[in-house]
Amino acid sequence: MSSHASTVDPKKAELWDTHHHSHDVISTRTLGYFLYLLSDGMLFATLFAAYGVLSYQHSYFGGPTPAEFVKPWYTFAQTIALFLSVLAYGFGMNALKHKNKSGLINGMLAAFVLGVVFLVLDIHDMSHLYSMGITLASSGGMSAFMVLTQVHATHIFFGLIWILVMMAQVMTKGFTEETVGRLLTLRMFWHLQAVIWVFVYIFVYLWGYIS
Amino acid sequence: MLVDLPGGWSPLLGRLAWSQIPYANPILAPLFVAVVIGAIIVLGLITYYGKWTYLWKEWLTTVDHKKLGVMYIIIGLVMLFRGFIDGLMIRTQQVWAVGPHSSGVFGSLHGYLTPFHFGQVYSAHGLIMILLAATPLLVGFMNIIVPIQIGARDMAYPYLNALGLWITAAAAALIMISLFVGDFAHNGWFEYAPIFEMQYSPGVGVDYWIWTLQLVALGTTLGGINILATIIKMRAPGMSWGKLPIFVWASLSANVIALTSFPALQVALGLVAADRYLGAHFFTAGMGGNLMLYTNLFWIWGHPEVYFVILPAFGMMSEIFPTFSEKPLFGYITMVLASMAIAGVSWLVWLHHFFTMGAGPYVNTAFSVATMLVGIPTGVKVFNWAFTMYRGRLTFNAAMLWAIGALFLLLIGGMTGMMLAIPAINYMVHNSVFVVAHFHSMLLVIVYAIFGSVLYWFPKVFGFKLDEFWAKTMFWLFSAGTALVFVPMYMLGFMGMTRRLEYVFNTGWQPYLDVMEFGIVVYTLSVLAFFILLYVSVRDHAKNRVGADAWGTSRSLEWMTHSPVPFYNFAVLPHINERDEVAWRRQHGIDNVRPEHYEDIHMPNNTGVAIILGGLTFVLGFALTWRIWWLCIVSLLAIIVLMIVRSFRGDPGYIITGAELQRMEEEAYRREAQIADSHHSHPVSGGVVGNAMAYQRNDSSK
Repeated sequence: MSSHASTVDPKKAELWDTHHHSHDVISTRTLGYFLYLLSDGMLFATLFAAYGVLSYQHSYFGGPTPAEFVKPWYTFAQTIALFLSVLAYGFGMNALKHKNKSGLINGMLAAFVLGVVFLVLDIHDMSHLYSMGITLASSGGMSAFMVLTQVHATHIFFGLIWILVMMAQVMTKGFTEETVGRLLTLRMFWHLQAVIWVFVYIFVYLWGYIS
Repeated sequence: MLVDLPGGWSPLLGRLAWSQIPYANPILAPLFVAVVIGAIIVLGLITYYGKWTYLWKEWLTTVDHKKLGVMYIIIGLVMLFRGFIDGLMIRTQQVWAVGPHSSGVFGSLHGYLTPFHFGQVYSAHGLIMILLAATPLLVGFMNIIVPIQIGARDMAYPYLNALGLWITAAAAALIMISLFVGDFAHNGWFEYAPIFEMQYSPGVGVDYWIWTLQLVALGTTLGGINILATIIKMRAPGMSWGKLPIFVWASLSANVIALTSFPALQVALGLVAADRYLGAHFFTAGMGGNLMLYTNLFWIWGHPEVYFVILPAFGMMSEIFPTFSEKPLFGYITMVLASMAIAGVSWLVWLHHFFTMGAGPYVNTAFSVATMLVGIPTGVKVFNWAFTMYRGRLTFNAAMLWAIGALFLLLIGGMTGMMLAIPAINYMVHNSVFVVAHFHSMLLVIVYAIFGSVLYWFPKVFGFKLDEFWAKTMFWLFSAGTALVFVPMYMLGFMGMTRRLEYVFNTGWQPYLDVMEFGIVVYTLSVLAFFILLYVSVRDHAKNRVGADAWGTSRSLEWMTHSPVPFYNFAVLPHINERDEVAWRRQHGIDNVRPEHYEDIHMPNNTGVAIILGGLTFVLGFALTWRIWWLCIVSLLAIIVLMIVRSFRGDPGYIITGAELQRMEEEAYRREAQIADSHHSHPVSGGVVGNAMAYQRNDSSK
């Protein structure tokens, strides 16, 4: 093991990069963004762990539990809105493949509107709970419930701002390397938030409803 | 908001008031005056010499990974000094406040620090040393070295790199300002539930702690993404995974840990903030909160973090040993596997920080075994380093001394770590200074590796070597200090001295505490030696200039380009043929082959956005700490708007033409030839020593 076997003939070896290869900007950016999304996934995993620890009967300290106020059909409507938003974004990205600018804008607009529907339903739900006196200060269990769902909603909120910014950039700049790269990373972000919502819906809302 | 604030609150200034400035404190007030005078002198000197434009154009707005790395290291060294002063204060209080007859000054019954102030000092010491000294120092080295070692011109995302630096700087500024405005946390650097809750810690100390850590976590996550993407995407042609320099592998494994573990810390801190700001009940003693949830979440990050800081240090040692043993690293593959194994196991051991939680014998056994597993890959590394040196041609210069010192400390720290991994022993010494001595041994491995690396890579970054005499003086003083402080500390731990005592009740421990105080004085001398080292080296820099291969026996790619490294790193990217490319080229006499022609290269522009965003995150952290809500909203909006504006502008970068490159390269070669003429020839020796293969040194006199 003391030396690494030499396999290249030094007389003929290629010493410099003569092919002038350039790095693919879009693939480098999407890789970095994928890594960021991994850390975002870890963030939600930790929040789910906290929710798991704080969703025992005693965590609610005799106060309200999700079983008392969760309406599965209401949150199902949120689910459909968010999924349709991701679908609309997907149609927009399909238009991007055909360099169809108006198709992309329409898809993103639909994704934006459906995302707003999701967020409005969420805010309405939260204000309804607040009017019943249920806040994150009610008990440890309610703290975990509120923070997990609202951290997800915050992600949706910033995603919506991002969609608006990207619509403006596509309209002013067209399909450049930068805008296309950002459209791809936004798609990854938007899709991941929908995937996380699946877990929120099942483990927080449905499980909370039946337990 | 939802919580009742003790004390006043105004819409304009939040909780901030004149009474929060500790101008009557006999320690802080003179320090504040000294800091103000020092700042005026520095700013005055910059103005006098007209360096503001230079500073702004060349440093504050730079996206060059080497300059950003240097600034990371400067932040790290400044914070290391601050953390050292905290350590000095802790030692002095403990040697003073022993027994009921010990005197007290400055309003303290015993010693010179009140319990509340002492609590802030040790909390700040821990947080600063781990997250604002070790972490920026290591991130700085990764920033400088990784792109050059893989043959890249910059990081994958130069602007993000600058952003990470300035967010880290904002965190350092936030913890420094807590000295003079309000208090810092006094419950230990990792805090405990529920004492950090509002009703037990009503001041702003815990809030400073939350937002400082939150900013460090953000900066480190961004940096981690950057380094991972750089290693995956930016490698020079021919550099397959098997040819990656070992420090790059160490950085890769460390940043896998950073990327996956820091979100857990961010959540833990976010939930503490929810408790303190919104009245949530995550970690409260009643209302359905769970105290140990906090401890678990914190250490799920905390233990991987320990390996996040030790793995790059291992990588540094793996670079220094082969260079000064004149042999390739022994067991490259096993070294890579060991790094990855440590990164993996780091996730399975967090509970050993609180075996006493009472999770039961099965849980404790599982975590005990997992903790002992860490010893296997670490042992592999230790043996690999030993076999690298075995029958090598050793050069005992200062860098090598630091690396060998790190090896010995690793043995001590590792062995005591194995002891602590046994729950039966752990119950006996839990929260004693034995534990403190153990993790200081481990963290000093990092400090030793860092000082070794400062000496090793300094000529690459600045073009001249540091003074050997003062570097060795510093090493021996530092090592003497280490022995004098931590050997008695291990002993006191066995005698039952618990950690964080602001008053030591047992007068029988006085002799040990005296030795430790003497040790910290020796440490202080080593700090002085470090300052002298910097002064002497800068004064004599003309004598100590070096060429590309500063040590004559270097192996990896950073030694192929000029010293100091030009801003474009490589005029023409090298094609990689072998694992130790530089050593291989030297062995075959092709290390002086220059590229035949130069092509245009594309570089990113400087940007002032990163430092402005860093400043805004500082304002946001300060406003959150003091609950100045309007300022929170303004700074957050400013951050969002600035990011959107920048995304519209983008960065087209600029082109350096091939002709321009050729001119700069020829000048660099001419400079190197002058240096080679002014030095006598390098020592020459045979190729094979004993049974060990040794690559020949470059003989520049031929």
